[in-house]
Amino acid sequence: MTEKLVVIGAGMASGRALEHILETDPAKYDITLFGSEPRGNYNRIMLSPVLSGEKTFAEIVTHDTAWYEANGITTRFGEAVTQIDRDRKVVVSAGGETPYDKLLIATGSAPFIIPVQGKDLPGVIAFRDLEDVETMRAAAKPGAKAVVIGGGLLGLEAAAGLRMLGMEVTVLHLMGHLMERQLDEAAGYLLRKALTDRGIKVMCRASTAAILGEERVEGVMLEDNTGIEADLVVMAVGIRPETRLANDAGLEVGRGIVVDDHMVTSDPDILAVGECVEHNKQLFGLVAPLYDQAKVVANTLHGAGGAFMPKQTSTKLKVTGVDLFSAGDFAEGEGREDIVFRDPARGVYKRLVIENDRLIGAVMYGDTADGSWFFGLIRDGETISEMRDTLIFGPSYQGGAALDPMAAVAALPDEAEICGCNGVCKGKIVQAITEGGLTTLDEVKAVTKASSSCGTCTGLVEQVLAVTLGDDFVLPTVKPVCACTDLTHEDVRRLIKAQDLKSMPAVMQELGWKTTCGCHVCRPALNFYLLADWPDDYKDDYQSRFINERAHANIQKDGTFSVVPRMWGGVTTPAELRAIADAVEKYDVPLLKVTGGQRLDLLGVKKEDLPAMWADLNAAGLVSGHAYTKGLRTVKTCVGSDFCRFGTQDSTGLGIKLEKRLWGSWTPHKVKLAVSGCPRNCAEATCKDLGIVCVDSGYQIGVGGAAGMDLKATELLTTVASEEEAIEISVAFVQLYRENAKYLDRPYKWIAKVGLDWVKARVVDDLAERAALVARFDHSQTIYQKDPWAERAQGGSRHEFTPLADFSFKEAAE
Amino acid sequence: MNAVVSDTWLDIGSVEDIPVRGARVVKTPHGCLAVFRVAEGEIYALDDRCPHKGGPLSNGIVHGRSVTCPLHNWVISLETGAAQGADEGRTRAHAVRVEDGRILLDAAAVGA
Ligand SMILES: Cc1cc2nc3c(=O)[nH]c(=O)nc-3n(C[C@H](O)[C@H](O)[C@H](O)COP(=O)(O)OP(=O)(O)OC[C@H]3O[C@@H](n4cnc5c(N)ncnc54)[C@H](O)[C@@H]3O)c2cc1C
Ligand code: FES
Repeated sequence: MTEKLVVIGAGMASGRALEHILETDPAKYDITLFGSEPRGNYNRIMLSPVLSGEKTFAEIVTHDTAWYEANGITTRFGEAVTQIDRDRKVVVSAGGETPYDKLLIATGSAPFIIPVQGKDLPGVIAFRDLEDVETMRAAAKPGAKAVVIGGGLLGLEAAAGLRMLGMEVTVLHLMGHLMERQLDEAAGYLLRKALTDRGIKVMCRASTAAILGEERVEGVMLEDNTGIEADLVVMAVGIRPETRLANDAGLEVGRGIVVDDHMVTSDPDILAVGECVEHNKQLFGLVAPLYDQAKVVANTLHGAGGAFMPKQTSTKLKVTGVDLFSAGDFAEGEGREDIVFRDPARGVYKRLVIENDRLIGAVMYGDTADGSWFFGLIRDGETISEMRDTLIFGPSYQGGAALDPMAAVAALPDEAEICGCNGVCKGKIVQAITEGGLTTLDEVKAVTKASSSCGTCTGLVEQVLAVTLGDDFVLPTVKPVCACTDLTHEDVRRLIKAQDLKSMPAVMQELGWKTTCGCHVCRPALNFYLLADWPDDYKDDYQSRFINERAHANIQKDGTFSVVPRMWGGVTTPAELRAIADAVEKYDVPLLKVTGGQRLDLLGVKKEDLPAMWADLNAAGLVSGHAYTKGLRTVKTCVGSDFCRFGTQDSTGLGIKLEKRLWGSWTPHKVKLAVSGCPRNCAEATCKDLGIVCVDSGYQIGVGGAAGMDLKATELLTTVASEEEAIEISVAFVQLYRENAKYLDRPYKWIAKVGLDWVKARVVDDLAERAALVARFDHSQTIYQKDPWAERAQGGSRHEFTPLADFSFKEAAE
Repeated sequence: MNAVVSDTWLDIGSVEDIPVRGARVVKTPHGCLAVFRVAEGEIYALDDRCPHKGGPLSNGIVHGRSVTCPLHNWVISLETGAAQGADEGRTRAHAVRVEDGRILLDAAAVGA
């Protein structure tokens, strides 16, 4: 018979426990999962990069709705358990009572809030869950002031993130140096220097007396009466196991919920796991031991043996660009000796603490590559007398091997721990690779869990892959934009938004471009990202555009240009045709051709003639067709209900309306639309970036078609009844694409990455989001929707079309 | 054009006439030259023909001390006219000087 398992708390520890429970026997328990947060299990550790904008929340979700459904888990998110009734074996929550046979408490811990005046003011928060991150991001206007209380791991990650968002940040730390529990003074000094260099103010020995403010927080007052202004105060001074439920239920509770080696509490039917527990008087604040506990929980629930034994943990700080590692005990003491290595120029500091010929502690700053090797020596307690002379230089020096990062990893013994969070050693990864035929980081992650938590070991895991596979290993597919940076397009887009970067020099400076002014690959991309994200603030950079978008015509192989005037919805007039015919004759245009987009192309025009030709075309009402841009090209239409005997709606009229709304906007790549008046689809709408097929009942909107190097039919976004709604959705779709896609990804490539459902949720389902997208598009159009030909016909950008000097007739005249 | 012949140097215009990270064309009896102004301000002159398939380099994107040809993205050194990276070929580079904000071009470049 299946038993009822109720789990309280949908955090990292219970999430891992559930995975193990299901692995062993998915049918044994009927599982109900309560969580106070309105969402399932995510990688809480990675809230730091979400805060700084380096990752999105979606990227750190561990279990999504589909996972819970597939595993038959009943989820009760956003619903806190308020009471455990052990006599009747039920838990109580807002939704009533839920009976259990076995109960697992995984309530984690609560941030410790120092009891000073003003601690409850709005704007004073902790750093524990997504809500906190959202509050911080909302407060993080550039120039606004933040005070972070606490200079430990959490506080410093918060400070670095807020600084990246442009805030002025002060860190208040009670002790004499930062991260005093993990670092010695020298490493603390280097860390402080690195943070100060990025504009974070650090005050040590600073004790908070009160938080000031009337309606909301305005500042912090220290014991010595120093006052510091603050729009946001983040308390990160420590955590406390969340034991209230267990306490009220009369379970044995010390500082945490007391468990035995099998993770069972004082009630045999109740287990506990995670930061809320106390085991042998010890508490836990890092995930590595919690994952071990999770395994034991699953064993106990399946009646198998196995005891929890806490292991040594090591610490890394997840602040991009700051490398530090600490493990073991590094206090000075009698009988302890230090080996210290410093390289001030590189900002490297390493200290090993030795007692009785054994390594017992290691602190490293600036170069942490050998961290896992030292950690292994500490954990195994081997004697190191043999290699003492060269110990500090790491494994690659032992036995005189060459100093090569690969050699260092190759030299690691099988027991060396690679992933601290998940306790995965080198041997296990190598075995998974060779036995499972794994070739990529993602596969290793999926099979061994290595690098799936804090991610700092990713480089090491890749090196193990490289060492094991040799030449068969190809580095992962993260492709940087170009040789000027290591960042991908996605990273760059996110960081431009997250850090309010509004000019090209700002991007290159803040994101560490390796070249002085970029190259032909990154500059057009950056120019687009900046103008799409900041239409008001950013000034279009003319010299970062490809020639076609500077000359507003298409360059041909002989250096001449082609000119395509707009024909709205493919409709033209005798006057327009006459003006085109005249231009062809007047400027000796060698070829006049009908294009696939239902308009006329004048090919082989000399660059110098362009402004004059445009003046002539403008006079007849013809404007640029943007046949040369990453922007809206054409809206192809069929005849529609006015003339066609099959037409169901006015497809021509709708096409013209769409073209008039969308023309002149810049997009990641070209955008082509079409509107067909009936399912016979004469306008070929089903292979366009966005295509509308009219039917009796309304408009079917398809997106993501392609008919170039790739051939792909559109997928149905939605069907709507009114023309108005069809237009709004089309506009919102184009704006979503503008704001999110990688430069030079057509919509079909972009949709393949984000998923059609993601697009639908924003453009179709969420009406507020749709309206906001449309508003942002329309606003951008007030700045960018203008005929570039008219500007140039009136003398704009003259330097583009006229020579600097002309000596060509000199000789002829002589 | 009001170009003046001075010794063997021709005054072809003011530095300001060329946009930063941009180029202008100088016409000569035997084809065009491209005159570039890089971000740091230096001026360079090349034949306006890519060594690959003759693309007009004056239409390229200027970055560092290179220009990328608009036709097939060859990257050409402004200092030497040589194709960079794996590509091979060289276009002619011409001597230019800047004096009091005026650009002086080696007269030999226009065949004078
Ligand atoms: C910003 C940040 C960075 C971190 N970085 C690292 C790192 O680099 N390395 C590392 O090892 N660790 C790190 N940690 C610590 C790590 O996240 C925790 O150790 C881990 O999340 C603890 O797991 P848990 O399941 O015990 O608790 P949690 O993950 O906190 O889960 C507990 C859940 O239970 C819910 N809950 C509580 N009471 C109830 C109730 N009555 N009813 C229903 N639900 C309830 C809570 O809302 C919460 O969602 C970091 C933590 C933070 C916040
Ligand atoms: S060490 Fe954190 S994920 Fe591997």
